Formats: sequence, structure tokens, C-alpha cells
Amino acid sequence: MATEIICAGFGGQGVLTAGMLLINAGMEQGKNVLFYPSYGSEMRGGTANCAVKISETPEEQIASPVCKHPDIVLTMNGPAIDKFEGRLKPGGLLLVNSSIVPDDRTYRDDIKVVKVAATDIAKELENPRGANIVMLGALASNSDVFTAEYLREAIDSFFAKKGKNNPKNAQCFEKGAEVK
Amino acid sequence: MAKVLMKGNEALAEAALAAGCRFYSGYPITPQTEILEYLSWRMEDVGGEFIQAESELAGINMVLGAAAAGARALTTSSGPGFSLKQEGISYLVAADLPAVIVDVMRIGTGLGDIAQGQGDYWQLTRGGGHGDYRTIVLAPASVQENADLIYKAFDLSEKYRHPVIVASDAAIGQMIEAVEIPEFVDHDIDKFDWSIKGCKKGDEQRKIQNIYYTNPDYEDYLRDKYSAMEAEEQLYENIMVDDAEVVLVAFGISSRVCREAVQVAREKGLKVGLIRLITLYPYPVKAFEEAKNAKAFLTVEMNILGQMVDDVKLATGGKFPVDHFGSIFEIPETEGIIAKIEQMLKDVEKEEA
Repeated sequence: MATEIICAGFGGQGVLTAGMLLINAGMEQGKNVLFYPSYGSEMRGGTANCAVKISETPEEQIASPVCKHPDIVLTMNGPAIDKFEGRLKPGGLLLVNSSIVPDDRTYRDDIKVVKVAATDIAKELENPRGANIVMLGALASNSDVFTAEYLREAIDSFFAKKGKNNPKNAQCFEKGAEVK
Repeated sequence: MAKVLMKGNEALAEAALAAGCRFYSGYPITPQTEILEYLSWRMEDVGGEFIQAESELAGINMVLGAAAAGARALTTSSGPGFSLKQEGISYLVAADLPAVIVDVMRIGTGLGDIAQGQGDYWQLTRGGGHGDYRTIVLAPASVQENADLIYKAFDLSEKYRHPVIVASDAAIGQMIEAVEIPEFVDHDIDKFDWSIKGCKKGDEQRKIQNIYYTNPDYEDYLRDKYSAMEAEEQLYENIMVDDAEVVLVAFGISSRVCREAVQVAREKGLKVGLIRLITLYPYPVKAFEEAKNAKAFLTVEMNILGQMVDDVKLATGGKFPVDHFGSIFEIPETEGIIAKIEQMLKDVEKEEA
């Protein structure tokens, strides 16, 4: 079965880029992938999210674009948790940006919650726009969609192709991958 | 060419250029604006003409002019903008001109809204404008098909000297998938014996006008043209139809969900199949021949009136119950379709008892 991932946060936190990086990594492995942006009237600075599907094998076709019960929800802020935590599959992975989300927040007890200080880590590494990459590091090390090494390299090659590779991305990714 | 990640609308735009389209005129409207935006810079790379027209009417009529000169010409729109193009489409048909028009369907009647929808089925398949005509309508269900079908649309429109419509939708237009853009081909604007170009003094002038005035055998000409389309151009994909008791019928974004519904239903032991339409006109009646064990048909469409139900009844000779599962605000969900199928199977059983 295809892996279903939702990435959500404020506009500008890189959630759509995170989705693009995931499907690019999947495509480079020959898998079938689909990216579906949240679609409708949105305002600048409002919420943004995308649904991503990555097939298990190159043969498996992706049918519906709808992510009703995702395996993984990558959130960059509190409202994203409000919106998507309930839809996670039992046993699914919820990635929480603990730089922004209060530590005393409670979660469903049938899911795995991994708290990542993504915004702080990205700032410390002087790559403030790399919080999404920190999250992707944690996604790789806490799930079996991609190995951390593979995803890190796929991210670098995605940006390298656009001529804007930033070596600090790999550092952000590694810091994120340490969180378990 | 290697696969690349592209948005549906952009893949459609690039593949139109690959097919040799060198003239575009259109007007922005969500959710098709990325086609216009993409071509606004990319058309120049390939030496074509891009015009953001002052209105949809101007856009379609510029396409008519370019088509009359032999160019591969494209315009695109959505919702109310697509309605505005209907007069021009009718004129293209009357003048026997090839051209490609894209409708990236959106929700609603009147202005509607920018969300996904499939409410244009009647307008797309019954002519849409005034007069006695229909056009071939191709309905892509993936980013790859957005590319492949726009590419094919130009060939079909020249084969019949008739406009062809590509009926994409907001979901297919906005999603990103891996796509292989078809090979670039050159289109020779002077290859036709009917297109308008300059001529020497004394040579016979060519003109493009309503062929009603020029073709003495217009009635048979029309009969033959549409018979040929109906005989030769039906396109569809059948998924597990031969033993299916309930056969889903869908196109575009709805067919993607139906594909998942068939998988889920089969895992539950329900005999369900899918006829996925690729042409909406000509209606793929041939696809229904394979449904030998069908007891009922269910159309799944993003509209409320079940616009395709009548066509399924016609294709099946009115011998089976045909029901409709519709939604407009959200893409239909697999669970809802499965529940509907289970209800239909119960009803059929009751009827048989």
C-alpha cells in the first residue's frame, strides 16, 4: 500500500516544499508519487497543507488523491495538529514542532508523537528557513518510508538541480534525524 | 525523455507545445490560469505567439483566425469563461476548422467557485453552443494523461477538421505527478490544401466560411463525419469489468477514487468493476459489452444531477438499474462509494427474490 503523508503549517514554513521533496525522493527511486495541495481561497500568511502519496513499488499505481487516513502527519504549528491529528491512522506518526507548540499539549494515545524543536534547530544552524528540512530528518529516522541517508541526499540533489544547494540543509536534516 | 514532476496544468501546456501548438490566446480564470501563465513565458522559447486576450470571446475568435491560417491553436478556460467560448466553438465547427479548447472544470452554476467539479458534462457532450453539432471530448485522469490527451487532441482535430475539447478538472490541473512529456514534433502551417495564405494574382483565392454555403452534400457530409467519430474514436479503460456485478462508470478525478473503490470492494469480496471513460463524446458504448455479469451500474460524478446517467442507460439499452453517486464540495470518498454499492447489491437481491 502507498504511504500517505500530510504536511501542514503556516504559509512560509515550507510545508509545500517538504511535500515536493518527499515526492521527488520517491520518484527518484522509480516509485509512483502524487502531490495534492490544499486548494481553495487562502490568504497570505494563512494555513497551508499538502497531501502526498508514495507507492510501495514502481508497479503500484496511485489511485485516489484523497488522504483520508494518513500514515504520517508532519505539522509545523498548533492549528495543523488541531486539523489533522484526528485523521491519523492508529499507530501513525505525528511530528510536532516543539519550538512553537506548548509542551503540555495532550495527544491521542494510539499514535506515535515525535517532538522536534524544528524552528530553534534551524535558527541555531543559521538556516532559519530550514525548519521543514529538520522535520524531514525526523520523519526519515522515525518511519520506514526512506532511510535518513537516502532522503538527505535526495533533498540535496533536488536543490542542486535548481542551482541553489545549501550545505546547511544537510546539517538541519541530520539534527532532525537525531530526534527519536 | 525522463520523467519530471509537474502540475497537471503545466504538463498540459508543455505537451501542447510538444504537439506543435504555436498559437495560444486565452483569458485568466482559476483553476486553469497556470496554463496561461506557463505559456506566457514558454511560448516565446519555441517561437510561437502567446496572447492574453481582452476576453474569452476574443480568445476563442483569435484561435479561429489562427486555425484558418493552418496553425495548431489552443485556448483554455473554466466555468463561466468556458461558457463564453461556446459561440466561437460553434463557428469553428461550422467552418470545419481544427482547434483545441480546454475546459479545466470547476464547481458550480453561474460564477460557481474555484473548487473541483464535473458539472459541465452536458455542456461538453451536447455541443454547448447553438446548432447541430458535437465535438470529440477527451477526459484526462492524471497529469500524464493531461499531457498525452492534449497531444492527441491536435491530431484528432485535424483528422476531422473539427474542434476537440479536453475536459480536465481542477483536481487534475492542480495535482503534481511524475510525467513524461511526449516528443516534440514540427507542425507545418502550410501543409493543408484548405488553409488561408497569400496567393498570386490570378490564383484561386481560398476562403474559410460556414460550409453550409459551400458543400452541396452537407447533410451526408455531417452524417458521415459524426458516424466516423463514433465508430473510430471511442476510448476507455476497463478495470475488472467482466465478472463485476456492480459496474462503476466515471471519468477524470472521480475515476481515480473509483479505482481505489474497486480495490477496496474486491478485498471485501464484492464483485465491482470500473469503466473509466477517456472520451466523453463519442460515448464509449463498446466498453459496456464486456460487462456481461453486470446487475447494476453506478455513475460517480462531481455533480448532483447525475449528468451521465442517461448515457449509461442508452449504452446498456435501459436493461439495468443505473444510479448516481455525486458530490460537489469534496472529491467523492471511497467509503461512501462502497456503502452505496452495498446498498445497490441488496436492492438487486431483493428484486431477484
